[in-house]
Amino acid sequence: MIRVYLPGHLRTLANINGEVEIEIQGPVTQRSVLDALELRYPALQGTIRDHVSGKRRSFLRFFACQEDLSHESPDAPLPDAVVSGAEPFLVVGAIAGG
Amino acid sequence: MSKVRVLVGTRKGAFILTSDGMRESWNVSGPHFSGWEVYHLKGSPVDPNRLYASQSSAWSGQVIQRSNDGGDTWAPVGNKFVYEGVAGTHQWYDGTPHPWEFKRVWHLEPSLTDPDTVYAGVEDAAFFKSTDGGQNWQELPGLRGHGSGPRWQPGAGGMCLHTIMPDPTNPDRIFIAISAAGAFRTDDSGQTWQPINKGLYSQYIPEPTADVGHCVHHMAFHKSRPNVLFMQKHWDVMRSDDAGDSWHEVSGNLPTDFGFVIDVNSNEPDTIYVVPIKSDAEHFPPEGKLRVYRSRTGGNEWEALTNGLPQSNCYVNVFRDAMAVDSLDKCGVYFGTTGGQVYASSDAGDNWAPIVRDLPAVLSVEVQTLE
Repeated sequence: MIRVYLPGHLRTLANINGEVEIEIQGPVTQRSVLDALELRYPALQGTIRDHVSGKRRSFLRFFACQEDLSHESPDAPLPDAVVSGAEPFLVVGAIAGG
Repeated sequence: MSKVRVLVGTRKGAFILTSDGMRESWNVSGPHFSGWEVYHLKGSPVDPNRLYASQSSAWSGQVIQRSNDGGDTWAPVGNKFVYEGVAGTHQWYDGTPHPWEFKRVWHLEPSLTDPDTVYAGVEDAAFFKSTDGGQNWQELPGLRGHGSGPRWQPGAGGMCLHTIMPDPTNPDRIFIAISAAGAFRTDDSGQTWQPINKGLYSQYIPEPTADVGHCVHHMAFHKSRPNVLFMQKHWDVMRSDDAGDSWHEVSGNLPTDFGFVIDVNSNEPDTIYVVPIKSDAEHFPPEGKLRVYRSRTGGNEWEALTNGLPQSNCYVNVFRDAMAVDSLDKCGVYFGTTGGQVYASSDAGDNWAPIVRDLPAVLSVEVQTLE
């Protein structure tokens, strides 16, 4: 079970309370986690990754296990602790004021 | 008895202000979409409880919200805005070619006849349409394909399509405006477009009378007389009596002809309103006095409306989509400021009072008159 933690404004948008837990069949990567997340919560489509380019929105960051994974390949395996559910995959709003 | 519903988009959410036809006591609902920028929200003329809202943020992009109950509840609908074909380039601020990139929806214009059909004006400037209540969006590429697109350029707020005016007497005709490209008109439901900027003069472009490149801030017409258009340009207040084929200046005795908003009294087609702003560099009212100017002659002769508005130390701005009128008699006029005030006049501008004073910066104001 993969645990995903979203910023407050996206939890509100998708009517999510707390962390999301999702099952992934196959490799656990940023792409597979976000694909599964958007499948369950269609309102999140386009809000974490750009609709056209598929790239992470520049003011959002991906953290896990106290590491910044934002610039890793979207197809790179996520850390074992995320795969096992010991640690969450964090989608975090960048510190950009406002 | 009639009711009035004022839809307010702000930097940090949307607010809905409601009153009876007296327009003296107001209920405030919100913030809806708290923390997000709401550039615009507007109701369907044929189903007033069907509302559409444009919600966006630098963090998470664009979301479109829809309500079927007058704004009590909302649900996100489609947010995929993809340019048709090769996106191409427009001018960047430094004059170099810059790829077209979708940033946000500035304006939502529900159809005059179908609550499921809605138009969207977006940044970078393009015209989109949904026929399924906002679930799916298709660009009508004839506008960007007009051929002048490579000469369009962003104004300070971005290269936005901010004004959409369907002609109530001709279902094939729509007027739009873009900063900074100018005004355009379609006579075939959006398939092809022509620039309608003859008579505009803009010193900030190399050829001041060019067919495109003008920074039109807003346009308005009276629904009974859609061939007569009024325009607040970057500088200059303009009027056209031939559906945009030609324009002439009607700034007259305004203290400054820079500004953003312009609107028309719902009962008097020749009564128009603007809020003069000091200059392009100083986005606040001249002399720190917030004054709406009214012309009862379709332009040129203007009177300052000040009763109830701050007449000292006022340095707010009024953005282009932040003025609207109701259709009661007397006409109600409403506008919102970057200081978070929404002012209302229930007597066509003679007297003003704030409905609310401390909202986030107001981006847009729309009004629905409900029976």
